[in-house]
Parts: sequence; structure tokens; C-alpha cells
Amino acid sequence: MVELDLEDFHQIKKMATEFQSSELTRDQIVSQIYQKSGEITRKVVKKKTTKIDIDRKIDDILTSKVFGYPIMLMVLGGVLWLTITGANYPSQMLSTLFFWGQEQLTNIFQALNAPSWLHGVLVLGMYRGLAWVVSVMLPPMAIFFPLFTILEDLGYLPRVAFNLDRFFQRAGAHGKQSLTMSMGFGCNAAGVIACRIIESPRERLIAILTNNFVPCNGRFPTLITIAIIFFGAAVGALYSTLVASFVVVGLVLVGISVTLFISWFLSKTMLKGVPSSFTLELPPYRRPQVMRVFIRSVFDRTIFVLKRAIIVAAPAGAITWLFANIYIGDANLIDIVASWLQPVGYAIGLDGYILLAFILGFPANEIVFPILIMSYLSQGSMVELDSLQALKELLLNNGWTWLTALNLLLFSLLHFPCATTMLTIRKETGSIKWTALAFIIPTSIALIVTFTITQVVRMLGLI
Amino acid sequence: MKIEKASPTDIVLALAGNPNTGKSTIFNALTGLKQHTGNWPGKTVTNAQGHFIHRGKPFLLVDLPGTYSILANSPDEQVARDFICFGKPEATIVVTDATNLERNLNLALQIMEITSDVVVAVNLLDEAERKGISVDLSKLSAELGVPVIGTIAREQKGLTELKDIVDDIVMKKLQLKPYQIRYSAGIEERINQLSLKLEKILRGKINARWVALRLLDGDETIIESIEKYLLPSSIDLRGEIASW
Repeated sequence: MVELDLEDFHQIKKMATEFQSSELTRDQIVSQIYQKSGEITRKVVKKKTTKIDIDRKIDDILTSKVFGYPIMLMVLGGVLWLTITGANYPSQMLSTLFFWGQEQLTNIFQALNAPSWLHGVLVLGMYRGLAWVVSVMLPPMAIFFPLFTILEDLGYLPRVAFNLDRFFQRAGAHGKQSLTMSMGFGCNAAGVIACRIIESPRERLIAILTNNFVPCNGRFPTLITIAIIFFGAAVGALYSTLVASFVVVGLVLVGISVTLFISWFLSKTMLKGVPSSFTLELPPYRRPQVMRVFIRSVFDRTIFVLKRAIIVAAPAGAITWLFANIYIGDANLIDIVASWLQPVGYAIGLDGYILLAFILGFPANEIVFPILIMSYLSQGSMVELDSLQALKELLLNNGWTWLTALNLLLFSLLHFPCATTMLTIRKETGSIKWTALAFIIPTSIALIVTFTITQVVRMLGLI
Repeated sequence: MKIEKASPTDIVLALAGNPNTGKSTIFNALTGLKQHTGNWPGKTVTNAQGHFIHRGKPFLLVDLPGTYSILANSPDEQVARDFICFGKPEATIVVTDATNLERNLNLALQIMEITSDVVVAVNLLDEAERKGISVDLSKLSAELGVPVIGTIAREQKGLTELKDIVDDIVMKKLQLKPYQIRYSAGIEERINQLSLKLEKILRGKINARWVALRLLDGDETIIESIEKYLLPSSIDLRGEIASW
């Protein structure tokens, strides 16, 4: 659309400088528009005065200083409890089904006299990796996503943001960061994109750099599984889901605290400035369109996340199997790399295999745990993982304690963002430096926190 | 932002509105795209575009970021403003929230200063009814000087009517006289002086009175945008390679 020549443009520019505008003129112009809107509205809108504004009353409770936070924690706990309870049975059914499938596949491979390495790569690596991701990930996702979406549709999430707003202001960050953080619970990459709603570049960067500290849906299943088998199981079947929910809620709180702390730290050091003011609108409560929510969250979110997990999990499964079966001398590649990582792993209360799983799981957080299981399994003990009990035994056999579990939870919560999120950050910030920091900051925090906890626990002789 | 026309004959429409007015729901309902629309402000952070066919004609609907104004206070507002001004959509649908009309009309009035091809959709009429709010749509249309359609997007109500009106606007079947805000005498005098000069340069490419207003209120981004979209080296917002 070439419409003007350069001379025209300079003339306009000159005009702009000649006609010196003032704040006053701008204010007059804006207020004139507002005045007219009000005038028209009064002419065309009739409001019955008898109707009580229920929304405001609900808001008074949900965002009150006394009830706001307890209600938030209860809602979060409730969602997690429903997810954990509901995911249990389908998870078991799916894994039984998949391992039946594995046997059938093995039979077919044997009937065809296929070489054992092919069977290994395709069935023990790829298929089992996939089966793991699907049976562990799908049920919690299929429950968590619709519940989350219903809260979103209802209009509760903006109230959460409203409650958290003052903390972000105090941390020198933008209040809207509470919104982008909430979106991070769904997916950190989505949360990072959402940071576009923050106008000030300084505050947007803070929000982008700290989004990763809330667990996304790729990490929730891992957190939930570990919480059930190591902390839930400790108190007996009756309360186990309850305790597991508490643990995950606790982790979320740790994540939010770290978000606030790092935001505060950044706003005092690298990204100095005054938080800009804004109005956070509380949208009206709306009856969620339950069927739509269900269909959309299954098709859009669940299938999307699952597809991504599968695309990454299948090759990752194959690679992990290969690593586990390529021998140099009498040790396989996984053992070798894991033993290199062992000193660092041990210092932070994990082990070399766990660290390796986090590194191999960089493409997607969903596959960290499956990779870990596979590398443990490659050591020979062929346990059928059809129950959480069997999984626990496998972990215990590999030297896990409650300290390992706790550190894995914290490391998973705090460590570097997944590859998709990193790419998104690169795109949104347009800077290698900030992208690098988005990797370095969480990773250092994860290392510092787990290291400190481990050393303190060991010093006190608690383990 | 990249405009992806299915064919060069696509009729380009803009969809503007405050955040959380059901704008994305209208967008989905019209184009059949299934974006998730959450109930919180600032949900549309990327621009969506979708196609629909009405009365046998292909339309391309561009979903602009939800904003409270287009005074270029934020990147989102600038994106919305630039598309309406320089992208030259053949019609602009302004989605408003019936329960909060006053704040929503601000945006409609501002858009009507740029273009006259505007239709106002008063959405969320069901919610308004529950809250005991009623809107006199024909009176509103008379006040604004542009067509006003009542909609309940979640239930697909009023959308056919909306498409009919959009087509009428595009086909120039309707005479639109959008209400233009009169500012104080002092400001009007300066607007007139400025827009006379600007008219000679802009020759109707974009609305001179509106550019004059922007220069008066000290909006520096308008100069940037003119440089970006109207000069020989500039970007064609309507073209295939256009991107923000």
C-alpha cells in the first residue's frame, strides 16, 4: 500500500512538532469520548434497581482478606484430590491393557524370528515408553484439564489473580503477572506467550523469566505419582490421596513463593523499576458450558499435550533403550553417563540416573519419569509396572528414600523449562541473553534448593 | 500478523471489542474455528483469522486483540488501531458487552472516528437480562448512526442478522453516518486547521480528521505507523507477506 512519498511524510512530521500537544488536550479529548459514552448509555440502557448484584457479593467473599486465600487453597486441593482419586483406576486399567499389548507384540516378534535388538528398540523402548506416558499421563490430564477449564470459564481464575496481585506489586512486578502465572499451570509455553498482556517490557521480562516456577501439566502427573507413592502411602490407604493432594498443594505454594522471590530479586537487580499501575477487571461469573468445556479440553488440551508427549516419548523411548543396550566394556551407555553425573546427583540428594532423565527429558517434561523408569529397568530387574506398589519397589531397589522423592519433586518444580518453552521465550524476548537467563536462573535455584535440603538433612542425620 | 487470504476476492473484516465481551465466541461462531475462549481479560493475545461464506461471498474475519481503547496505550491497542486504520477492513464489527455498555461504547466511538463502515454487536444480552438490564437497540443505532445488532453468541443468536448487515455494509446498501464526537471549540478549531493541511497530503487515503486528532493528543505512535504502512518502503497490511 504505497500511498505517500517521503516529502509528504516529513510534512506531517513537521506538523506534529509545530502543533504542540499537551497532556491537557489529550485529557480533554479522552474525557469528551467518555462523556459521550455515558450520555448514550443513559439514554438506551434501563436497569431494574431491585435486582441484587450477586456477582459483587460472591466477589466480596472470594477476594476477601480473610477467606480469599483459604478458599483458593481448598479449591486447588479439591481439584488435585479429584484428579488423584479419579485417575487411579483408569491408570491401572490402561497399564494392564498396554502390558498385555506388549506381550502380544513380543509374541509376534518371536513368531517372526525378528532380531532381539529390533524387538528391544521397538517394543521395549518405543512401545513401552509410549505405554508409560499414556497410562500415567492420560487419566490425570483427562480429569485435571476439564476441571481447570471449568474454573476458568466460571471466572474464578481472575479472582485468584486478583488475590495474588498485591504480592506481585510488592515484589516490584506487574499485577497481571498473577494472570500469566495462572496460565502457566496449563502450559508454561502458553504462560510465556500470555505475558504479552503486560505492557512494560521490564515487567514482561520478569513474568517470562519466572513463569516456569509453577508446574505445568507435563509435570503434574510426575508430582502426583511421586506424592502418592512416597508421601500418601506413608499414612495408609484411607488418607493417602488426601496427603498426596496436600503435598502437591504445598509444592505449588513453594513454586509461587519462588516466583515472587525471583521477581522481587530481578526487580531489585537486573530489571530495576517501579511497578506500573493497572486495573484488573473482574469479569462476570458465567455458567460454564460444561459439555463444551469437556469436549474442548479433551480435544484441544488433552490430545494436544498427549500428542506432543507421544511424538517426543516414542523416539526418547527408543533412544533410551539403545543407550541402555549399547555396551562399552561391560557397562552400558546409560550407566556410564549416569556414573559421571552421580557426584552432582548425590550432592543434591538425587542420583546420576535422575539427572540424566531430566537432561534427556529436556524436549518435554512429560517424559522425564518414563525415561527414568526405563533406565532403572535396563539394569535387569524386569518388573511389570502394573501397580504403583511395583513402581515404589523399583524405586526403593534403586536406593530411593523420602529425601530422593522430595528432591525430585522440588527439582522437577524448579528446574529449567522444556524445549518448547525455551523456544517460546526466545521468540517472545528476541534475545539470546534473556533466553539463557531463563535457563540459568531456574536451574541454579533448583540446584541450590535441593543441595541445601540434602546437606541439612544429612547433617542432622535424618536419613 | 499475517493475513492469509484464501483468495484475493476475500472480503476482509475486522472484529474489535473490549476484553471479555464474548468477542472470541463470536469469532468462533462465525468462522467455525475452535479456539478456546477463557473467561478472563486479555485472553486473545495472538491474532486469529478465519473464513466464512455468507450469501455466497467469501469473508476473512480478523480477530483483533481485546482492548478498552485504541489510543495506542499498549502494543495490543496499537495493533488493533493500525489494522483498522491502515489495514482498511471493508467493515469492522465492534463487539460490546450489554452489561457494561458505557465502557464498551468508548471503543466503538473511537473506531467510528477512523472508519464509517462499522456495525455494533451488543452481545451477552442473556446475561444482561439476568441482571435486569435492558438495552434499547434501535435507539442506540439512532444515537450512533451505525447498525446495531443484539447477539447471544453462546447460543448462536443474532449471528445471521449480523452477517447480513456486514454484507449490506460491504455492498454499500446502507447509508452510514457514524456519530462524530464534537470536541471543545478550541480543539475543534485546531482540528480543522490541521486536517485541512493533512487532507492535501493524505488525499483520503486515511481519515485526515482522525490523524489530526492523534497529532493533537500527542500520540507519537501514529507517525511511526504512517512511516511503517504508508511510505514506499512500507508494509502492506492487506498483502500476503504482511506481518507485524
